[in-house]
Amino acid sequence: MDKKTNPTDQARRRFFGQVAAVASLTVAPGIILQQVAHARAPELPASDRQRWGILINTNKCAEGCDACVTACQDEFGWGPDSPNEKHSAPNQKAQWIRKVKLTDKQTGHVQTLPLMCQHCEHPPCVDVCPTGASMKRADGIVLVDKHICIGCRYCMMACPYKARSFVHEELHDQKVNAPRGKGTVEACTLCVQRVDAGRQPACVEACPEQAMIFGDLKDPESAISRELRERGGEQIRADLGLNTGIRYQGL
Amino acid sequence: MTFGQLSRQCLMVAGLFLALPAIADDTGPLAGVPKPRAKANPEFGCVRPEEDMRKHHMQYLLHHRDETLRQGIRTKQFSLAECVNCHITPKPDGQYARFGEKEHFCSSCHTYAAVHIDCFECHRDTPDPEKIQESAMHNPHAGLKLTRKDVAPLSATVGEAR
Amino acid sequence: MKNIRYSTIKGNSAGYLALLALLGAIAGAGLVAAFMMEHYGHFITGMNQQIVWGTPHVFAVFLIVAASGALNTASIASVFGKTAYKPLARLSGLLAIALLAGGLTILVLDLGRADRLIVAMTYYNFKSIFAWNIILYNGFFLLVAIYLWTMMDPTKTQYTKVAGFSAFVWRLILTTGTGSIFGFLVARLAYNEAIMAPLFIVMSFAFGLAILILVTMAACKWTGRPLGDALLRRLKNLLGVFVAGTLLLLLAYHLTKLYITQYHGVEAFILLNGGVYTQLFWIGWMLLGSLVPLAILYHPSWGRNRSLIGFASVLVVLGGLAAMYVIIIGGQAYPLLIFPGKEVASSFSDGIINSYTPSLVEFVLGIGGMAVALIIVALALKVLQFLPESLADEVVDPHHK
Repeated sequence: MDKKTNPTDQARRRFFGQVAAVASLTVAPGIILQQVAHARAPELPASDRQRWGILINTNKCAEGCDACVTACQDEFGWGPDSPNEKHSAPNQKAQWIRKVKLTDKQTGHVQTLPLMCQHCEHPPCVDVCPTGASMKRADGIVLVDKHICIGCRYCMMACPYKARSFVHEELHDQKVNAPRGKGTVEACTLCVQRVDAGRQPACVEACPEQAMIFGDLKDPESAISRELRERGGEQIRADLGLNTGIRYQGL
Repeated sequence: MTFGQLSRQCLMVAGLFLALPAIADDTGPLAGVPKPRAKANPEFGCVRPEEDMRKHHMQYLLHHRDETLRQGIRTKQFSLAECVNCHITPKPDGQYARFGEKEHFCSSCHTYAAVHIDCFECHRDTPDPEKIQESAMHNPHAGLKLTRKDVAPLSATVGEAR
Repeated sequence: MKNIRYSTIKGNSAGYLALLALLGAIAGAGLVAAFMMEHYGHFITGMNQQIVWGTPHVFAVFLIVAASGALNTASIASVFGKTAYKPLARLSGLLAIALLAGGLTILVLDLGRADRLIVAMTYYNFKSIFAWNIILYNGFFLLVAIYLWTMMDPTKTQYTKVAGFSAFVWRLILTTGTGSIFGFLVARLAYNEAIMAPLFIVMSFAFGLAILILVTMAACKWTGRPLGDALLRRLKNLLGVFVAGTLLLLLAYHLTKLYITQYHGVEAFILLNGGVYTQLFWIGWMLLGSLVPLAILYHPSWGRNRSLIGFASVLVVLGGLAAMYVIIIGGQAYPLLIFPGKEVASSFSDGIINSYTPSLVEFVLGIGGMAVALIIVALALKVLQFLPESLADEVVDPHHK
């Protein structure tokens, strides 16, 4: 089906655009407003007019706090509290997001930050995947299509952030939102099912310090764009030129 | 065996396979063919007429899976999770049937037909615990009021899905 | 030079059947290992989230690299017109196909979803060097098969040169592709070098020739066919050149990395303090896999001793496996540079040397693939005329008086 020439779709898009515009004018400002603006009708595809990203203020990220990691585990059913991956050794278990502690070699300055898939604009994992299972959605979210993943792990070799995990054993009772299984590769999905429903990723929602801002990098008026404009934000391994969707302050 | 004999036998075997779908299409019940387990709530009906689902559910699911994963289209009509929520019902012991057990809606036919599917190596094979309550009280296909006459126009979509 | 006559081997001796039984048992064990990995999942292997490619890949990449190198002897005869190598051209082509088949068997059976092989053949991402390799492997089978056909069908010999040239060019591209699987990995400090491609090509020359020498010696000995000193001398001298060539490119690789400060850490790891990887590099690859063979091959009297030439070839093969272990697993063991200038710690092995202990299933799958390759050779020698009836000097050597 050719999306560009489908008049029904265009009409729907215009309609929802208007609904969102009206909603943002009438609804009181705040988080609700942002959520309505993000919402997309279920039958509409993700669009390249958005690019989703997260800005993480490492100065607010508290050492010892792993609320974002726990929230991700709850949302997707991995980690020690999940009934799965009991046979795998600790270094064989999946980790979609991890807290990293950095100590400056010169000054000894210590900081911590959450590290997950950086949702690159030019993702090396997508480049190297032989079948095209590693893919990037129109709105910049990088995903694994486990239906055609053959489990070769070349994406794990290619990722500069070690963001991907391989499932080493059979799984049961997965979360409905997180189909995952033996022999395929997986990673942070930027909570794509929440984003499509106009909600925030679980890690962002869970952060007790509000150190993470989720939003549309292409919308100059979004909170994340404003914060990036005013206070800046760096990419990890910016030298690689991957243009990551996840940005950090205070690196 | 001469070449002629061999080719005749091959033809016979091929003919058998060709005839199989025709037999399966027959509305008359075949002895020994298991019936899929009844849906959770007969009054809601399926998202498409049953005979259409029997023939085409794999195409609907395949089309939906690519649209959902790659484009973020999240309609519920052909969502595998919704199929499971509605069709997988508790066994007499109160436990939900797992894929591979004969009481599991998908297993019941797929085991018989020896058609291997790997959906449930990644997807949950039992209803969403958060949705069980909901499904029992509400029509999971809310908003989809499909009747027989919907089949024809919707079949066009299937053509595209293929 | 006389006309070379080829014939099938009888293949009914107790020794032949015992060899097949032994290889069959190893290959069968490999299949069982693969089945276990598929059934239980990769948790039964030593591979983990950090070392994602393990022992199976060591064997697989070694065999794939050696496959293209094994074709070299045929190329020298057909493309470069050195008739002395012509008697071995058929065996050379056969080995190329067999080794590649063995290597790919391992690679495919190690996949997380080996049952989806058809997906790898039907969905292509053309930006992926891995996808390109799938095309290159299939093309290699086809071209070498055609090449063998033109050599073995007396009515098609006028095409041998064209077919041989195509296969030669293809094999160079293929090994470039194999090396680039590593060379294109931007984030891994041990890889990410264009020199990986030529390094793999020169390694393929050495590994493939070493295997060809061993198979030739064994086949001639076990079937009672004469093997002349002149041919063997040519082969062993060539092997020495290839081993030395590998050392040269390896030197260039390490000097480049040693010169650039960013790579000092990974270089120190491989060359100085990497434990098993450092030992495998210096003792396995350098001493036993390169220097000792070179000494034997070029020694005035050792170099004439057949047993020692065979021993040197075995060492080159073992050194090649050590080389692959150092490159593939050592390269992954060293941590990624995610935060330059920082010490890094996390629950996901950030900033530390990644641990890996090879498991039995992986090793058995690896040698199973090698057995598959040798079974193909042993069976093919029995059904088609790959092996010359004589490789004696007066038959082979154009300068023999």
